[in-house]
Amino acid sequence: MIRHLLSIKDLDPEGIERVLATAATFQADGPRIMRKYPTLRGKTVVNLFYEASTRTRTSFELAAKRLSADVVNFSVSGSAVEKGESLKDTAQTIEAMGVDAIVIRHSSSGAPNRLAGWVSASVINAGDGMHEHPTQALLDLYTIRQHFGSFSGLRVAIVGDIAHSRVARSNVWGLQMMGADVTLVGPPTLLPPRVEGWGVETTADIEAVLPKADVVYLLRMQLERGTGATVPTLREYSRLWGLDAARATLLKDEALIMHPGPMNRGVEITADAAELPRSVITDQVANGVAVRMALLYLMLGGRDAREEVPVE
Amino acid sequence: MQRAVARIAHEITERNKGARDVVLIGVLTRGVHLAERLADRIDSIEGTRPPTGALDIGLYRDDIGMRDPVALAPTKVPNIDGKIVVLVDDVLYTGRSSRAALDALIDLGRPKAVQLAVLIDRGHRELPIRADYVGKNVPTGRNEEVRVKIAELDGEDGVELGRVDETAEEAAR
Repeated sequence: MIRHLLSIKDLDPEGIERVLATAATFQADGPRIMRKYPTLRGKTVVNLFYEASTRTRTSFELAAKRLSADVVNFSVSGSAVEKGESLKDTAQTIEAMGVDAIVIRHSSSGAPNRLAGWVSASVINAGDGMHEHPTQALLDLYTIRQHFGSFSGLRVAIVGDIAHSRVARSNVWGLQMMGADVTLVGPPTLLPPRVEGWGVETTADIEAVLPKADVVYLLRMQLERGTGATVPTLREYSRLWGLDAARATLLKDEALIMHPGPMNRGVEITADAAELPRSVITDQVANGVAVRMALLYLMLGGRDAREEVPVE
Repeated sequence: MQRAVARIAHEITERNKGARDVVLIGVLTRGVHLAERLADRIDSIEGTRPPTGALDIGLYRDDIGMRDPVALAPTKVPNIDGKIVVLVDDVLYTGRSSRAALDALIDLGRPKAVQLAVLIDRGHRELPIRADYVGKNVPTGRNEEVRVKIAELDGEDGVELGRVDETAEEAAR
């Protein structure tokens, strides 16, 4: 298994399948009943979060604890980072305490890659800037597979603020690897530069896409990353690209509604659309724990990666 | 193999004075099929089929961190509280899998008693574990390999004794 998970591209389709199959075994007693296992006793996982997060951090913490690993939550507020400590110094401090995995979220794209070069622990990217969020993509793939069984030929429409979205990048690449067709939907100002090279269709017309889609994935309008400046008003965005119950009737009967959370209710999705039976938004959260357990088991349950590093 | 399964089924009912409270739990993968066959046998003897389950021990192994993570399969176990659990495995060797199975089982409930049934006991125990029901004792060397074949998985029933090809194993590493 891989040592670091910095990008969804660190995995190949076989590796993704292995994570998803392992995650399924953790849900054998039911999607929300996950027992505690002694498997990672003696291992330490550090959550290093430079950005706000509730579900991802909690999900990683629960996953590690259910495998009996020790978890240290390191949040920037109240730490030496507020005194100006650099990422490298923080990393080396944590490293010196002897940890097995560092789960990092950072506002700068590429921060996990830099970190991986400095430490011998496994690094897991929990979201870096506008780059990637590979574990979100894995849990989304898991949720889609739970309903459709496979990916080939599935049509997935990702709607909204693609340009600022690390979730979109990881999902597009993961879905393509598994054989799904991806269409990006949104105003041209929210499409990333050089999107032509992504191998996806793009359109501004959501109502043309919905009847054909097996999955409609709404992205959060990232107001903190300046999304607001790229659309005239949020109300107009909501009218043209938001999903409400009326627009959801365009979907096929078996199609799913997904959202990575946290939702801006009334902007990219209305409360009534988020609560339709076909919405699997809370399943995504529940599945996240199982998927992260699988990843931790596969990454930390093998031979100690650090022992393979030659000592200079 | 059929005779061994039939005999173990008789021994289980004899020792437990019937099959009431008996739950048969197979250790994945081949133990599960053996547990199902034992349950069918007990059904034909007693007229009631004991509940069965499947136990994955991958997360309880004692060599985690020493080899690549093993593939996991779903554990499906009925209620075992107060029951007599018969753990069913194909081969008993070092006893380490049985130790892991006991730990996995105890995390799931508190059985009244746990008994161990194996098709083949090949010796070389490394832990203080013994089987309550043995299909056949097969003396082996450590450089040998015992492979149990189950019709449901392997197309035919049988037990194969082979020599471990050390060069092939070396290459596989």
